Amino acid sequence: MQGVQSAYADSLRAAASAGRSLCLRGGGTKDFYGGPMQGETLDLREYAGVVSYEPSELVVTARCGTRLSELEAELASRNQMIPFEPPHFGTGSTLGGCIAAGLAGPRRAANGLYYGAVRDYVLGCTLMDGRADVLRFGGQVMKNVAGYDVSRLLAGSMGTLGIILEVSLKVLPMPVARATLRFAMEEEEALAKLNEWGGRPLPVSASSWFDGVLCVRLEGAAAAVDAACMHLGGERAGEQEALSHWAGLRDHADPFFAQPGPLWRLSVPSNAGPIAFPDANRSRQLIEWGGALRWWRTEANTQAVRQAASSAGGHATLFRGGDRGAGVFQAHGPVMERLHRNVKNVFDPAGIFNRGRLYPQW
Amino acid sequence: MGAEEHIASQTPVRIDPARQREVAAALRTFMPEHTILFRSEDTRPYECDGLSAYRQLPMVVALPETEEQVARILRTCHEMKVPVVPRGAGTGLSGGALPSAEGVLLGMAKFNRILAVDPLARTARVQPGVRNAAISEAAARHGLYYAPDPSSQIACTIGGNIAENSGGLHCLKYGLTVHNVLRVRGFTVEGEPVEFGSEALDSPGFDFLALAIGSEGMLAVTAEATVKLVPRPEVARVIMASFAEVETAGNAVADMIAAGIIPAGLELMDRPATHAVEEFVHAGYDLGAAAILLCESDGTPAEVEEEIGRMKAVLAASGATQLKVSQSESERMKFWAGRKAAFPAVGRISPDYYCMDGTIPKKRLGEMLRFIAEMEGKYSLRCPNVFHAGDGNLHPLILFDANDPEQLRRTEEFAAEVLEKCVAVGGTITGEHGVGIEKINQMCVQFGAKEIALFLALKQAFDAHGLLNPGKNIPTLHRCAEYGRMHVRSGAPPFAELPRF
Repeated sequence: MQGVQSAYADSLRAAASAGRSLCLRGGGTKDFYGGPMQGETLDLREYAGVVSYEPSELVVTARCGTRLSELEAELASRNQMIPFEPPHFGTGSTLGGCIAAGLAGPRRAANGLYYGAVRDYVLGCTLMDGRADVLRFGGQVMKNVAGYDVSRLLAGSMGTLGIILEVSLKVLPMPVARATLRFAMEEEEALAKLNEWGGRPLPVSASSWFDGVLCVRLEGAAAAVDAACMHLGGERAGEQEALSHWAGLRDHADPFFAQPGPLWRLSVPSNAGPIAFPDANRSRQLIEWGGALRWWRTEANTQAVRQAASSAGGHATLFRGGDRGAGVFQAHGPVMERLHRNVKNVFDPAGIFNRGRLYPQW
Repeated sequence: MGAEEHIASQTPVRIDPARQREVAAALRTFMPEHTILFRSEDTRPYECDGLSAYRQLPMVVALPETEEQVARILRTCHEMKVPVVPRGAGTGLSGGALPSAEGVLLGMAKFNRILAVDPLARTARVQPGVRNAAISEAAARHGLYYAPDPSSQIACTIGGNIAENSGGLHCLKYGLTVHNVLRVRGFTVEGEPVEFGSEALDSPGFDFLALAIGSEGMLAVTAEATVKLVPRPEVARVIMASFAEVETAGNAVADMIAAGIIPAGLELMDRPATHAVEEFVHAGYDLGAAAILLCESDGTPAEVEEEIGRMKAVLAASGATQLKVSQSESERMKFWAGRKAAFPAVGRISPDYYCMDGTIPKKRLGEMLRFIAEMEGKYSLRCPNVFHAGDGNLHPLILFDANDPEQLRRTEEFAAEVLEKCVAVGGTITGEHGVGIEKINQMCVQFGAKEIALFLALKQAFDAHGLLNPGKNIPTLHRCAEYGRMHVRSGAPPFAELPRF
């Protein structure tokens, strides 16, 4: 693997001396996400493989090109999992892309043990920065406060800070029992219920609301799941049906995501209540994460959608489609903008990595 | 050599009276007189934090009462190039709030209001000087609490917890501060308002919230935080398991996790620790055991019943000689009271103790315990062990008498060897107490020159003149060179053959 690393460093050097940018790419399943891709593609799939896996430590370390499906299969063989349920937007999704995009799936807003974003489970990383230096941050232990927490910073950085060569993740045992309940419910009531249930010791691990139907997944000890089913009522979905429902949301294979037109992702406080569409008659909505994530299919203009999200206390991302040149992530004020540029400069002073992928200006 | 440097760094630096008058006068142009202290009898209470071996009188103490004042103090200090050291309750164990002789100590204790508790959103919006335990007290009537519970939780503040990324007894299941804070609003070193994170579950751009938490007050000053509240479990029960060998207890920890069980708390204490505690609080510990494990389950009554059964089976199979399950909430509290009193109990049997905070992979627990026992012999000092075993976080306590310089020297060498051993087995020099000033030399063992250089550059990205809490957390490369233990991975720097550009 040392040879592969050296080849990446060579590409990096060549790009730097020619003043070109590099577009870091794993399986290419998230090419659609973020700002338009620029520069020469550096394929990172060859740097693959699980480096170490210690089930009793709850830690796995793998290289960036490792396919998520392979990593998850290895964990499953020991009855463990990546808790944040990363999306697979195609069969080729890699660990590096998963960390760089920082996207979590339905379990993100779980009650209790399974709660957390990508960065919450990142324990350490090996990074090749813009000078082709290979750096190590964090480690393979749960608690570590030595130095700045650079490895968590990389989650969601869209590959703009360097090549994430290796990542150590905290993993968790798979839940012993699970069940999915369905309720016929309008949006306002569903949001109220989800927030109410979130405040109770119920093993809710995922939720969705679409078109008058609320679905709730329970995961945990058999006794806890059974008790919650009794307590909450609703209609219990079949096992296969439930699996495909949550996988469909995780991977955007659900028909809601297959429709044409721009797809917006609104991340808001869970208790924000229903948010009105700027153009009600041509818009559709799917809610996840106990109300904290609202997917919108809408042709409404960018400013109106961003305004709706900001007013609710959150932010909007143009997730798929639409006009991507003007920036897909919500922009910052001058102080945060300056801090972003400064930090980018620390890792990649020549601006080689993933130009325009996070913000159009750099 | 390391120890000599330690002792050298404890020699207080003299304060320049002309500069002191100048800075105090500048601050008093907009601050009420009682909020700016500089006479040594007034500034003495601020000369150290929980790491009392290091003391330094601050040049000036500023105790702002409004955010406007915080911003103005920062702006003024920035213009005058005066260092600023933020401080919460001063309970930190690594000297993160040790004052600067050329600087202003920014005491945030007056910001002690809980601004809002939102039971529906399950959040609390608090000022940085709010005590950790006060958040849970305020949330209790909604059946909610704030999960991270450092042992100092009745005194330590949330601002300090954010600076240090504090843990506690339950972080294996419920996470550290970084997992339980949604948003931090505050000021840059220039006094400009800034906000990291949000009340949504994520924010656009880089995750500066994750970077700021645990940054030891070096990147920004916290003025307000939104923390996550979680439902209080209906019941919790704890098993006290006895072991005839410390190593067997260590192995039982790995067996527990491998069996797919994540206890709400999993703590190990060796015999010297249980004996010290038992005399002090009468927790009912098995004094015949070489080590005990405290293993907690929480959740619904049925869930706990089921899990306690699984835990007992694992512990018995791992060689526990006796299992005792708490039969009531008061008995559970009694079992925990012993663990929580471990530090003060040890304080009673020795004039001083030195607490370490390394974290190691759990499978190396046995090896580490043997190593510490060897060091006890080598340095002729006793060292009881209390561990957050579930996450491999060790708190060995070296007993010594600080009045004997020779003992202090041996203690510091003992500690340095243990921390370096932590790094050697794949762990870290600090799990939850922070680097501060105390472990700054060991940073040179944990990280290579390039990582240290990047940390220093990151600091500069937020604080170009190095004025916020200078000298903490990240050593200069010069200091590492002097310490003589710069960590070189596998004998050679990475890519030694590559040209650099």
